[in-house]
Amino acid sequence: MSDLSRRDAAKRIVRFGALLAAGGLAGPRASALAQDDPVLAGRPLVRYPEKTDLILLTSRPPQLETPMKYFDRAITPNEAFFVRYHVFPIPLEVDLATWRLRITGRVDRPLELSLDDLKTRFPRAAVTAVNQCSGNSRGRFTPRVLGGQWGDGAMGNAEWVGARLKDILTAAGVRQGAVQATFDGLDKPAFPSVPDFVKSLDIARIMEDQDILVAYQMNGAPLPMLNGYPARLVVPGWYATYWVKNLSEIAVIDHVFEKFWMKPGYRIPDNPCGCVSPGTAPARTVPINRMTARSFIASPVPGTRLPVGRPVTLKGIAFDGGYGIQEVQVSSDGGATWRRADLGGDLGRYSFREWASTWTPAQTGPARIMVRALNRIGESQGREPLWNPAGYLRNVIEHIDLQVG
Amino acid sequence: MRRLLGPAGLLLALATSVAAAADKTIPMPPDHAYATLKPGPGVEVTRQQCVSCHSTDYIVMQPRGDAKQWDGVVTKMIKVFGAPVNDQDAKTIVEYLATQYGN
Repeated sequence: MSDLSRRDAAKRIVRFGALLAAGGLAGPRASALAQDDPVLAGRPLVRYPEKTDLILLTSRPPQLETPMKYFDRAITPNEAFFVRYHVFPIPLEVDLATWRLRITGRVDRPLELSLDDLKTRFPRAAVTAVNQCSGNSRGRFTPRVLGGQWGDGAMGNAEWVGARLKDILTAAGVRQGAVQATFDGLDKPAFPSVPDFVKSLDIARIMEDQDILVAYQMNGAPLPMLNGYPARLVVPGWYATYWVKNLSEIAVIDHVFEKFWMKPGYRIPDNPCGCVSPGTAPARTVPINRMTARSFIASPVPGTRLPVGRPVTLKGIAFDGGYGIQEVQVSSDGGATWRRADLGGDLGRYSFREWASTWTPAQTGPARIMVRALNRIGESQGREPLWNPAGYLRNVIEHIDLQVG
Repeated sequence: MRRLLGPAGLLLALATSVAAAADKTIPMPPDHAYATLKPGPGVEVTRQQCVSCHSTDYIVMQPRGDAKQWDGVVTKMIKVFGAPVNDQDAKTIVEYLATQYGN
């Protein structure tokens, strides 16, 4: 971190202190969450700048979770999109006259790109892609693991528009011997001893993937500050940890980057399932990467009381790590039989896929609806969750409990 | 933000932008009271040392754990994240957490 950015960080702390004293803008709001869900119970709804009511995980750095009701549709509204920062202070203001995306390191032509440069010097590219936190649903791990105790709302799907990362690096001229690019944002820790949030990707991967973007537009609008204004990295199919927000510097390097947030942070067991026996530690790890297949039921909400004999529409979304959802199945008999749900429009292999299915409750009493997705290479959700010590890669058949009669 | 303003507001925004020179500025809400630490011996040291980097919900949301768990957490904050906490305070914090957030 440069001296200049340290000074900026110090300024931001002062500004934050003043806001704390002033009481800030968003006051506490009553919790309106399903008290039956042990992970979400007691957690308040809060409204942060440019955001609607979201479920508070942490205040500072902010981590906000999207309520399940927003996952009855393919596109997650910007104002409802989850928020996850790693270090504090976070950027609270951006001046486009001075903001630049710097391309540095092993390149022939270091670049300093303004937002206008990003929009005019490179072809405009679009991709609809799921952004999901590595630790989404960590609060559901058994045995429990330390870390952000997310429910299932650390995910969202948006149409991202921006410049292709490979086009930007090509313009800069990647030199022979380049191995990775690192990505740094405007968020800078308060103390120099705290590892700055910097991530890396292989150059080979970047140059062969048309869909990795530096995105300046989200669902047709500028990005909310808390989702990465003015530009963020978009790495379709891979967990959100790589989607660096408020992007400020891309450095091309001649080695594998192994600072804290790449190693030991954000690692998974080095085996095909990314899992180990519950309570044990992996012998070897690799950086987390492609997302597992998941599906959720967003409607009706858990605990809903339904009349016998009247058809009800079950709705939700499914997604995977970029192969595309082939099928979604639901079961109302504990998984003994499964039937195929209707799929909504295909917004591309990286997107949420809407699904819907009609179910007619046949008898009174408690009922459980289960859902599982199948992607185009046969990945699905199993009956037993896979476990790893960091609480990543959550992958299990999801369900809701309802009351009939 | 500018999109929401009428012509008069636009003038104001332009004037403001000269002074503030920011295209987007957001306030940061205060730490939420729901995560206030439980009272008990060591709570003040714990609060003071921890909140310089993060709000206390980072603590209260964690699984309950014994002194071994909390010693691991506090050690990580010091060794990995470079939290400037001396040995005496670290011991106080671990005892507080293991007592108030123990299993």
